[in-house]
Amino acid sequence: MPGKVVTITSGKGGVGKTTATANIAVALAAAGAKVVCIDGDIGLRNLDVVMGLENRIVYDLVDVVEGRARLKQAMIRDKRLPDLSLIPAAQTRDKAAVSPSDMIRVCNDLRPDFDWILIDSPAGIERGFRNSIAPADQVLIVTNPEVSAVRDADRVIGLIEAEEKGPGYLVLNRVKIELVKRGDMLSTEDVLDILAIPLLGVIPEDEGILVSTNRGSPAAMDDKNRAGQAFRNIARRLKGEDVPFMPLEDNKNFLQKLAERFTKAG
Amino acid sequence: MSDPITIKGIREGLLVTLGDGENWIAVSQTLLERIDQAADFFKGAKLALGVGPRVLSAADLGRLRDALSERKVSLWAVLSESPTTMNAAQALGLLVSLPANTPAARPDPEINPEEARDEAVLVRRTLRSGRSVRHGGHVIVIGDVNPGAEIVAGGNVVVWGRLRGVVHAGAPFTTLQGSSTDGDDGAVVCALDLSPTQLRIARYIAISPARKGEPKPEMARIRNGQIIAERWSAKGK
Repeated sequence: MPGKVVTITSGKGGVGKTTATANIAVALAAAGAKVVCIDGDIGLRNLDVVMGLENRIVYDLVDVVEGRARLKQAMIRDKRLPDLSLIPAAQTRDKAAVSPSDMIRVCNDLRPDFDWILIDSPAGIERGFRNSIAPADQVLIVTNPEVSAVRDADRVIGLIEAEEKGPGYLVLNRVKIELVKRGDMLSTEDVLDILAIPLLGVIPEDEGILVSTNRGSPAAMDDKNRAGQAFRNIARRLKGEDVPFMPLEDNKNFLQKLAERFTKAG
Repeated sequence: MSDPITIKGIREGLLVTLGDGENWIAVSQTLLERIDQAADFFKGAKLALGVGPRVLSAADLGRLRDALSERKVSLWAVLSESPTTMNAAQALGLLVSLPANTPAARPDPEINPEEARDEAVLVRRTLRSGRSVRHGGHVIVIGDVNPGAEIVAGGNVVVWGRLRGVVHAGAPFTTLQGSSTDGDDGAVVCALDLSPTQLRIARYIAISPARKGEPKPEMARIRNGQIIAERWSAKGK
């Protein structure tokens, strides 16, 4: 079966597109799928850093598009997960170096060899966004439970619908359950109420993400990380599995409850 | 057969008018070939495209826009007689009319402002942030109007859904002939959940008070010089 192209986008910057791309890619590859990520953010690349592959870049996407390198040469294979590869963006060029039809061509060349092709879209709704959306079979929209991020996500969903790329699937990132409980943060329901698209996953706020991002080792590699678990669930839902949404209570509360139960039982 | 494509210079750049009758794939392909033949001339050009009565989807227009942008030609306006095509162009953020006092692609048909006021457009989808519906007559939406979307109507606005964006009913509308009506104080806005970011009727402006309790269908109108919203009830109407 030819590979599926999934684009991760958001409109607003800083909501966690790159982190989500890296973690979903790791989760899919760890489950045995062949995965390649493409960094669509030409000029402001980040995905290589988050995936910890920065020091192995020789050729990039623009080299491939302009014929200086073959796809295979630009592809960096992750040594921790042999089924995971990255095609990095160029840092010294800008979005205009690649066109939507270049992206479609590159993805079509990749489809026979991979199960999943994940594209990390840049923020905004201009050329870089259009490049990233052009080859997509499926679009994931990442947003935070913040009014401004939701507003931008709504705009992007409208553009995706206009380009006839389906409604898109929602990934709600950085949810702080204590704030939601106090009524100080939009809840999942509030966000879905506005955006009205299917929900693919909810990622709890987790300091571990920041640490793992800086270290270049995505949280989904860590079996114990809760946000990593949420990303692994997203990967399974992408594959069509029916995975129940996990409760958002943090680990400590859960352990405390467990401890309480033991003391009662004892 | 006459030339299916005419190109002329206007103040904003180039105006390309596609003749009727030709199928879209063929005529857009011919246009791209024409541009390729004179790549230097077209490089960096701003293009307004007159497509006549053709019914085109946003995907059709998006493909052409992308093909043009690869040739360093930017598509900035699509002029059409088809509401579907105009909607599609607006969805892509393209203009659907040239700024005033530019010679239009074709002479505008005579429109009587009074008649135009009585026409309505029906939008059967949710308007998301960034979408704008402008119409000289009434606007009816079956779906939500999300924050960041706007409706400007010369007549009344009815939203069968949640109205959270900006809405202007009875707007002073410039007609195609350039004459302007004064705005209609008698226009109303109704919605199942009336909580717009901002509500305007004619020259009056109001913002929604914070809502208490469950949303109820409401209608806003001008009474004694200010905008008021009232619960809509079937009784006595």
